[in-house]
Amino acid sequence: MFIVQKKPSDAKSSEITPKSVFMNRRRFIQSAAIAGLIPGILPKDALGAGKGRKLDGIIKSSHSTNQKPTAYDLITSYNNFYEFGTSKDMPALMARDFKTKPWTVSVKGEVNKPGLYDFDGLIKPHQLEERIYRFRCVEAWSMVVPWVGIPLSNIIKRLDPTSKAKYVAFETLNDPMRMPGQRRPILQWPYVEGLRMDEAMNSLTLMAVGLYGEELPNQNGAPIRLIVPWKYGFKSIKSIVSISFVEKMPPTSWNLSAAQEYGFYANVNPEVSHPRWSQAKERKLGGSYFSPKVKTLKFNGYEEEVASLYDGMDLKKFY
Amino acid sequence: MSNDFIIRKVAKPLVFTASLLPLAWIIWMVVLGDVGIGLNANPVEMVNRYLGDWALRFILITLGITPIVKVTGWATPVRFRRMIGLFAFAYAFLHLANYIVADQFFNWADVWADIMKRTYITVGMATFVILLALAITSPKVAIKRLGIKRWRVLHRSIYVAGIGAVLHYWMMVKADLAQPIIHAAILAILLGYRVVKLQRKSGRAKLHQSS
Repeated sequence: MFIVQKKPSDAKSSEITPKSVFMNRRRFIQSAAIAGLIPGILPKDALGAGKGRKLDGIIKSSHSTNQKPTAYDLITSYNNFYEFGTSKDMPALMARDFKTKPWTVSVKGEVNKPGLYDFDGLIKPHQLEERIYRFRCVEAWSMVVPWVGIPLSNIIKRLDPTSKAKYVAFETLNDPMRMPGQRRPILQWPYVEGLRMDEAMNSLTLMAVGLYGEELPNQNGAPIRLIVPWKYGFKSIKSIVSISFVEKMPPTSWNLSAAQEYGFYANVNPEVSHPRWSQAKERKLGGSYFSPKVKTLKFNGYEEEVASLYDGMDLKKFY
Repeated sequence: MSNDFIIRKVAKPLVFTASLLPLAWIIWMVVLGDVGIGLNANPVEMVNRYLGDWALRFILITLGITPIVKVTGWATPVRFRRMIGLFAFAYAFLHLANYIVADQFFNWADVWADIMKRTYITVGMATFVILLALAITSPKVAIKRLGIKRWRVLHRSIYVAGIGAVLHYWMMVKADLAQPIIHAAILAILLGYRVVKLQRKSGRAKLHQSS
């Protein structure tokens, strides 16, 4: 017979607040504050991190912008992550119980060290950096995000691609049981994305595993996602389970969905309109109802670092 | 108290107030977000979607009144049709005003470029023009001026406005068409009802002629 021996200091089971009650209470306080019952309890700037496990040994990077990061609660409640619902607020709710441990990433194709890497095996050999990047969505909104991650080039160097590898292709997890948004064919699942090898090797390109010094929240693409700050957000594929080194340009999800609207390159470019809206300006998240839009910068302001990648290319044609 | 008195003095003010509640709610949400209590990541977009949703809902309610009256035989809802139709216009007007004032900040060149270049905005503007024409000609005096026949023909363009509003919604959505499809289905039922009625009527008329 199995006998549980209790120390006097142990909480009685009746004293432990069930997680659902705990979470409900948090939500009640939040919604009460929103309803104005407790005015002023949640000033926007005070909404910080403190919700995930802290990441250790992060170094700062000279690639970070000195712009003020968008509030944690906005970055984690306004998400395009169709695997967890198509409205902006759905991913935060639907991904709450998404399990990201264990997690494996399959490395394949034109590479000398292929295989199934578990998350730690892929990440641990590398130095974590904080990269505060501007993030520009193709829907003409933007934010400033303090990511934590590893330059993709460092990971690629270790995986050692062959000379035939001209592109890197990524895949998101495909598991409708865990990603309820995949139960409807809104996009072709799994979500796929890709970069040209020189784009992947650019020092700005990041494999992000954290946000605000903590593990990446599920709704932001946990446990590992791509960040390509000079491209529209949809290039920055989330919850990656596969990295392939390939010879030919790989297919990409939004291009498969609407080729005339979304190209392979998807570089932020105020001069090239999306067919249904202008890309000349953007709305910075976290502003007031009365805040005006701001001008969008070419390559999202990273022109100096990346413009040379596209020398001689007609960016209107290769959008 | 007469039935008429209740409609005019009780029911109409109630429906009027209820129709203002969505507007009150969104103003409240914007104010809370702007003073830093609520979380409005993108308040202009939120207001834009919200007002557009309600304009479409009011158009569909307006279109639903005739079928309900005909099916149930209960005539009273007709008394509210003009008011609800005017609320459809009011929410469409605020939807447009939010776009011009808060989103584009009176940048008429950009607004004009949007109307010309983006088909879903072209369709939305055309729909608004129809609603505007119907709102202007909604007073009783307009019926007298136009004559009941012409007025009726003009006000049948609410069908076109319904189609335009759903199309506008459908075309702006990126990938998940669930909501536009639901609204299109409701519109199809409401317009389909009229088509079926019309066919039966003309069928009966033909029968009458041939006999």
